Amino acid sequence: MRDVAIVAFAQTDHLRRTDELSEVEMLMPVLHQVLDATGLRTSGIDFTCSGSSDYLAGRAFSFTMALDGVGAHPPISESHVEMDGAWALYEAWVKIQTGEADTALVYAYGKSSPGQVRDVLTRQLDPYYTAPLWPDSVALAALQAQALIDAGDTDESALTAIATRSRAAAADNPHAQLSGEVPAGDYLVRPLRTGDCPPIGDGAAAVILAAGDTARALCERPAWIRGIDHRIEAHGLGVRELTESPSTRLAAERAGVFERPVDTAELHAPFSSQEVVLRKALGLGDEVSVNPSGGALAANPVMAAGLIRLGEAAARIHRGESDRALAHATSGPCLQQNLVAVLEGESTHA
Amino acid sequence: MPDVLSAPLVVEFPFTRSLGPVQSAFLTGLRERTVLGVRTGDGKVLVPPVEYDPVTAEEIHDLVEVAATGAVTTWAWNQHPRRDQPLDTPFAWVLVRLDGADTALLHVLDAPGPEAVRTGMRVRVRWAEGRTGAITDIACFEPFDSEPGETSPHDGKFDEPVTGIVTPARLDYTYSPGRAQSAYLEALADRRVVGERCPSCRKVYVPPRGACPTCGVATDERVEVGPRGTVTTYCVVNIKAKNLDIEVPYVYAHIALDGADLALHARIGGIPYDQVRMGLRVEPVWTEGSRHPDHYRPTGEPDADYDAYKELV
Repeated sequence: MRDVAIVAFAQTDHLRRTDELSEVEMLMPVLHQVLDATGLRTSGIDFTCSGSSDYLAGRAFSFTMALDGVGAHPPISESHVEMDGAWALYEAWVKIQTGEADTALVYAYGKSSPGQVRDVLTRQLDPYYTAPLWPDSVALAALQAQALIDAGDTDESALTAIATRSRAAAADNPHAQLSGEVPAGDYLVRPLRTGDCPPIGDGAAAVILAAGDTARALCERPAWIRGIDHRIEAHGLGVRELTESPSTRLAAERAGVFERPVDTAELHAPFSSQEVVLRKALGLGDEVSVNPSGGALAANPVMAAGLIRLGEAAARIHRGESDRALAHATSGPCLQQNLVAVLEGESTHA
Repeated sequence: MPDVLSAPLVVEFPFTRSLGPVQSAFLTGLRERTVLGVRTGDGKVLVPPVEYDPVTAEEIHDLVEVAATGAVTTWAWNQHPRRDQPLDTPFAWVLVRLDGADTALLHVLDAPGPEAVRTGMRVRVRWAEGRTGAITDIACFEPFDSEPGETSPHDGKFDEPVTGIVTPARLDYTYSPGRAQSAYLEALADRRVVGERCPSCRKVYVPPRGACPTCGVATDERVEVGPRGTVTTYCVVNIKAKNLDIEVPYVYAHIALDGADLALHARIGGIPYDQVRMGLRVEPVWTEGSRHPDHYRPTGEPDADYDAYKELV
């Protein structure tokens, strides 16, 4: 296995709407930030991979419009996942493992403001039995939340406390959309209140990956990816035990999370109740700093929020605030798909 | 900077899907007020049924009929129904384990309020009036106290089985094209064509999208191009497009407007289709009320030299 690190990370300020910017206009500043941070030019990037969704944009092949922002001519080695950018990062990591690339630019973006994201996300569901009922993303999360309450894993005040802690942490995050005192609010879909749900907004993020000595040359303290894995569960919601996340657990085992304690965990839990499931699956105790960025409850640009978890965890390592961090990304309803990575600073590398 | 434009954008498509044998039996069964499940290798009954065991990936097809009654395994109260959801009055989303099944079905429960719903409560199917062989043939569930019902083998055979479904999907957006494209569209309203120049390579892109695809930097210097231009390449269209009132054959061409470093495409008119050629000089023809040139026509100038446009082909 090659040593691969996240050497730069940038994200937009996440906003409720960005009508004045097209996707590429929103994305370009973060692309320039990661390039500037490393001193790389687009011609020095071996592989580019992105994550986004046509259903958010309401246009076919919408990612091709964003390619202008990375200097796609003359032809570059490029790929795209119709998924959160965390999975684009995984693809780029694999590409570097093959030896075909030493550097990779990974970016992700999503504008939820043009459509109704609750309805848009129903289109990713099973088209025979589920999608025709239009169960929106909040409704599905609420079913999971009630299952957790019934199981005694949490209660409504504990969920409110998770949301409050997240938004308080986000007070130190200049990019966050929601921070500080955010009221619990009324039920959106009971038992979830507006405060338990992520803000709807637009945003983008980018990271640069690099291998070995290239990473050391580009970054003072690279965030080494010591393990990364992703797993999926049955698509039938009624087949799954919604209070558990065996896919997260398995991905974490394969990524090596349990070999040594982590000090930080950036969890992609857009709903407060999902943090309960993830903490249990990952065995995280109170000694671990969970979502010091505020997490997806503070900013949830769909398709970028998972990549941002990897970026936030890496940035803490870059700054020397963490030595061993866990980053998690999810996709699909009720934590259907989960990606887990372990990031470490050089000093703890055995 | 002009105001940013926005316009409604509706994406609508009737997805037509074929069904495998198990899904066909299940959905046909719903039409006939019969709920079928499928038995896995280790004896579990999955409702709704699937064709492959979610644990072992083995193909499964042993159908069983389960009861139209069951128990709620989890629920969520939806005070504000959204368009296209099964009920337009407040309802509960529910996962229901039907009697005889080992997994739960997602649907909705018609109940007077959240205080009337709890996990474990007994419910039954309320059938839709007009059933077609779709998950919506279950109109909803309703509270119903009963003893757990029976399960029996079922051959899955029905007269006139449903073999496909059509699932309409409509999503509504308000589309905003961003700064660069808004400026382009605003200029078109004045019958002008504007591009943007890359600050790095100095190329002028039209229509501008806000970024130079070669340099990967923002383009910000607005440049008026045309109105005249040169045909760089073209094709002859012989297929009549649906809802398009243009006689075939006609010519569709790439046109490098004067001052632009990228060709845009448009229809060529005012000249027989077999006389269009590379290098032909053309100009836009605007029609009343249109925000785009309807087509381009010859200017009568001599053809451009190949060297003048070869980089743009």
